Formats: sequence, C-alpha cells, structure tokens
Amino acid sequence: MARVVVDVMLKPEILDPQGQAVANALPGLGLDGVTSVRIGKHIEIEFADGSADDTLERAHAIADRLLANPVIEDFTIRADDLEGADR
Amino acid sequence: MKIGVVTFPGSLDDGDARRAARIAGAESIVLWHADPNLHGVDAVVLPGGFSYGDYLRCGAIARFAPVMSTIVEAARVGLPVLGICNGFQVLCEAHLLPGALARNAHLHFRNRDQRLRIGSTASPWLRDYADGQEVVIPVKNGEGRYVADEATLDMLEAEGRIVARYVGENPNGSMREIAAIRNEAGNVVGIMPHPEHAVDALTGPSVDGIGFFTSIIKAAVALRPASLTGARA
Repeated sequence: MARVVVDVMLKPEILDPQGQAVANALPGLGLDGVTSVRIGKHIEIEFADGSADDTLERAHAIADRLLANPVIEDFTIRADDLEGADR
Repeated sequence: MKIGVVTFPGSLDDGDARRAARIAGAESIVLWHADPNLHGVDAVVLPGGFSYGDYLRCGAIARFAPVMSTIVEAARVGLPVLGICNGFQVLCEAHLLPGALARNAHLHFRNRDQRLRIGSTASPWLRDYADGQEVVIPVKNGEGRYVADEATLDMLEAEGRIVARYVGENPNGSMREIAAIRNEAGNVVGIMPHPEHAVDALTGPSVDGIGFFTSIIKAAVALRPASLTGARA
C-alpha cells in the first residue's frame, strides 16, 4: 500500500475570504503579528499497489482532473514513503 | 418542444425549473444524473442546488455524472444548455464555460431579489430580452463569485459574451460584476441568479425570468426542420 498526499491551494492572486476571516479573528484571541492566512485542502490518497512512478502518475491524474480546479487552484503532490519516489 | 431538467443528488431547484419550462409552454422532461440518455430533449437545464453535496468544489463531482458526458458532447455540437447557479458551476467545471465560481467575497450566503442588466442577446436563451434591458431575478448563493484571469475577462467582454451583470451592489464580489456568461456559439449559458424563481407573480418578485424559457422555445421551433414542425403541429 502506498500513500500520496495532495495539497490544493487557491492561486496566490485569487482572493481567499476564508483565510482573511481567520486572520481577522486572531487579534481577538490576543494572537498578533500575523500578516496573512491562506486556507487550502490536504488530501491523503491510499493506493493498493503499484510502482512509485505509477502511483505518482495516477495521483497526478487524480489531482489534475478532480481534486484541483486549475482555473483557481494549484496543487502539490508528496509521496514520502514511496521507494524510488522522485518528488 | 421538450426541455430536459437534470436531477443530481442534491439538486434543489429542478422542480422549479421544470415548472418554469411548463409555464413557458414547453414539455418538461426529468433527466437523471445516472442515465446518459437525453430522451430526445431539445434543450437542457442544469438546475440550482448542491449536487453531490458540493463536496470538494461546487459542481466538481457532478461534472463526471453519466448524463454530463452526453450533455458535454451534445453541447459542443449545438444543444442549448442553461446552467443556473449550481448548474453554472457544473458548466465551468466541465469546461463548457471559462472561469470558476468561488466563495462569496463577504462569506455570507446571499439571498435577495437582484437587479441585473442584460449585456448580450446573441444566444437562443435570450431572444426575448433586449440588450441593456434591466430585470429583477432572485440571487441565492454562497459560492457565486465569478473569477477568471484578466485575459479571459477581456476576451469575454470583447466578444460580447457577458450575458448579464449585477446592477447596484455586487452580491458576491464577482469580477466585473459578472452574473451570467455564454460560450462562443451562444448555445451554452451559465447564470448565477435564478430565472426559474421569477416566472410567476405569486411566487417571485417579477416574471422577468420566464424569458429564458420562452426564448429557447422560439429558438427550437425556428431551428426545427419545417417538415418536422408540420408533422408535430
């Protein structure tokens, strides 16, 4: 079994009102000095089998076709525990 | 004239869309998300609601429904498709329309009667409107902020593809006050406000929304071969 982690973030130029709302709440908690909060999605995918390359390729297809909307979002893929993983 | 209205799991306004089609004088047909058959409809409405719970992103999962693969194919060769609210989100996710709908800038769900200005009538869904006409149609969304890159926005303006803009307060922070757009050919229109809620004085703030439905009926009759029209009359 192999686990791949996909992080999806709004592109930097896209307004993130959720992040802004959190940032604006922080001073009320006495937590100062924060200049920006951006909120994204953290997705963990488990694969039954397959080589590291194959798994990353499938994870990329999943992220590109479904998990992220490339019009407004960027994604990164991480597979720390895959043998031979190159990213 | 048959208008098909798709029901996804989580659709809310499919009943109102079918009612609007009937009030306008069409036969309304129920289309089911899991059935790829369009049952001979002349036009399709993707209704408002929260398809598949709007999990992941609004419209992201609905786009892969069996009925959508047929609709995307048919829309590319001219089938008229109107996406309302969640339906607009589905059309963007399916790449039939450019851009995306994001969380309202003020984070509030906004539900109100909204004034719009019609900006383009070059579509079979808009025959019964005039360029520059102002209409009142309810808006009700939490993720209705239209976003696209500057080049796309400039292209939409240059090609006259902005079908309607918000007048007065922008209810969700949409770029360039965009409430509705169309594809290049004009057969695919996405609109964030709800024309199907403005078709009857008893239940809506106006009857300004019925034009989308009466327009498509006229367009379908005009497009149908004369022999067929005669046979059905």
